[in-house]
Amino acid sequence: METLREADEVTAVMSQTQIEFEPRILVFSTNNISDPGIDLAGSSHLHYSPRVVTIAVPCSSGISSSLIEYALKRGFDGVFLAADGDECAYLSDCNERTANHVADAQKWMKIHGFQPERLRMAAICSVCAEPFVNYMHEFSRTLTALGPAGDKNHGL
Amino acid sequence: MSQRRIGVYVCQCGGNISDYVDVERVASQAADNADVVIARTAMFTCSDATQADIAEDIRQHQLDGLVVASCSPKLHTLTFRGVAERAGLNPYQYTQVNLREQCSWAHTDDRKGATDKAVTLVEAGIGRTRLTEPLNPLVVDTMPKALVIGAGITGMRAAVGLADLGMEVYLVEKQATVGGWLKSMDTMYPAGKTPKEIIDQLDEQIHQRSNVTVFTEAEVVQKGGTFGNYVVKVALHRPTEQTISLNVGSIIVATGFDVYQPEIGQYGYGIDGVLTLPEFQDFLKTNPGPMVYHGRPVRTVSYIYCVGSREGREQPNAHTYCSRYCCTSTVHTALEVFKHDPGVHQYHLYRDVRTYGKYELLYSESREKGSLYLKFAADQPPAVERTGDQLKVTVNDLLTSRKELAIPSDLVVLVTGIIPRENDALVHALKLPVGKDGFYNEIHPKLRPVETVVDGVYIAGACQNPKTAGESAASALAAVTQSASILKKGKVQLDPQVAFIDASECTGCGACLKVCPYEAISAQSGDNGQSAYVVSEAICKGCGGCVPECPVEAIRVQGYTNAEIRAMIDGLLMEEVEQI
Repeated sequence: METLREADEVTAVMSQTQIEFEPRILVFSTNNISDPGIDLAGSSHLHYSPRVVTIAVPCSSGISSSLIEYALKRGFDGVFLAADGDECAYLSDCNERTANHVADAQKWMKIHGFQPERLRMAAICSVCAEPFVNYMHEFSRTLTALGPAGDKNHGL
Repeated sequence: MSQRRIGVYVCQCGGNISDYVDVERVASQAADNADVVIARTAMFTCSDATQADIAEDIRQHQLDGLVVASCSPKLHTLTFRGVAERAGLNPYQYTQVNLREQCSWAHTDDRKGATDKAVTLVEAGIGRTRLTEPLNPLVVDTMPKALVIGAGITGMRAAVGLADLGMEVYLVEKQATVGGWLKSMDTMYPAGKTPKEIIDQLDEQIHQRSNVTVFTEAEVVQKGGTFGNYVVKVALHRPTEQTISLNVGSIIVATGFDVYQPEIGQYGYGIDGVLTLPEFQDFLKTNPGPMVYHGRPVRTVSYIYCVGSREGREQPNAHTYCSRYCCTSTVHTALEVFKHDPGVHQYHLYRDVRTYGKYELLYSESREKGSLYLKFAADQPPAVERTGDQLKVTVNDLLTSRKELAIPSDLVVLVTGIIPRENDALVHALKLPVGKDGFYNEIHPKLRPVETVVDGVYIAGACQNPKTAGESAASALAAVTQSASILKKGKVQLDPQVAFIDASECTGCGACLKVCPYEAISAQSGDNGQSAYVVSEAICKGCGGCVPECPVEAIRVQGYTNAEIRAMIDGLLMEEVEQI
């Protein structure tokens, strides 16, 4: 009886986690363009999930696929690259460069059992507050449907 | 890794943060970190009093790292770097954590969620700070001389402005005369001086200033040296072909625009009586009095707006941007037509009328005098054909129940926009950043509108986006101010957060070399004869585009190393990592 009750509790806890699962999203933004856009979303008091966190870098093309992989391995459920669109002040081809790193990361994800939907890239301009928030809502929904990422699905 | 001595300050921002985030919990969780010597909250960390407290803590506790969790880094990074520096801590061992714009204000509906997030954001800041190293900005001397490229209204105004601030100025113009597009134009909106008067006045001002040297029929062919002391080669085509070398501290690019030329057949272009806006303006200038075109009196003029502007992205080489000046120019031209002959019928076929600011008055005036405005949809453009003696313009009018209207016209004017001027040689020589639209890119259109990522190289006027003459002159003055603020000091600090290559790890594969458009990376043979690569601090922009190319992570951007980013990722996942 004792063991059975324990098992019941475990199941109850697990189903509760399933219901309350709120995906963790890492956003890579750019100092000059997309990060000000994300700031503006906050200044406008537009809400998105507090499980969304941002790391700002100079240009999205500086994000190695290994960093995307690292974030997923460590426990983020999704990674969003807030790229510069056509506005990058540094590199006219930064979108292509970033897209190449995304493609590399996706190859790795395929091998390691992460669904490709867990990685997204979109242009966020310096006043794109609403588009950013919409992307986050949509991405949160997608990731919620997918459930926790990678290793967390099996074993842990 | 040896233990660090980090101070953490969590700002309440007078309630802007503390109303939505439990800042005491954030500070106390930060204090649990072994490397954190002191963690406090403050009502306003940016206040003079708190700045003084932080500086005192840095000295007293001999802090070697500082984290302030307050507003966006765009607002106060420099403030707290200054606090660190004043207290003897290297300013690059400071990390600003965005607790307001990207936390409290975005999650005003979820205090627990916002607080949990704030804890991880601070943890990420601490993680990054733990790995920071002292960085020292490169200080370079600047030459009190400036080069202005292009002698249209923008370049001429910039030259006069720089000269008045005591700068030695070289003004280089490709054509034989100064004045650019304006010198060939007739009237300008709003009413007042003619373009020729403005150009002549600027030309006279330039001649009066002994510190401006004008080179016409000259082109910039090469830029060497580094920020503060660029060595620019200029090819002079007259009186004899020769190349001269100029040492300058800054460069203002004011190379202007080109006009859009429609293709034959586009809106009937090529049919007798179908003109572009500049062609029509030229016709008005040379034909005073009632209009007669090719022997036929002109009683009706139809204007088709947005020709070569705001094109759909699906078109190859589309000009997707608004050319900004053309609506007002057309409305102004229509008013000029009424001066020639008040009885002319004028139909304006538009998508949106963008006579912004005070130019709305011109729009109202043109309507009062009888101009009719018909709105068409982008996917249903008007058609132009010739029927006998007249032109027929067919348009689906959006504002009158989408009725198709046929307008018999004597002249059809295509309101053509402006396009970026192609100048590959200059782009290559100066490493100018070019946007997808073909215009030169500033760092930020509102916050840093004339600076480019190339230090000391500024852009002004219509080479960066469509502008009116007035807006161009204003941007010229912005570039003058930016330029002079650097040159007047005689020296400038460069951001040390640029790429560097760890020589002990570089394998000399050269992958980074190929991807840097600024040519900041060069080969250097090492002691053992093996080649390694080095980054020129003065040339590198710190974008990090080279970083992913290195197979061994030997190339890193200071302040944004992969190790620092990984530490931030771990901090952001604090709870997950702890649970695992």
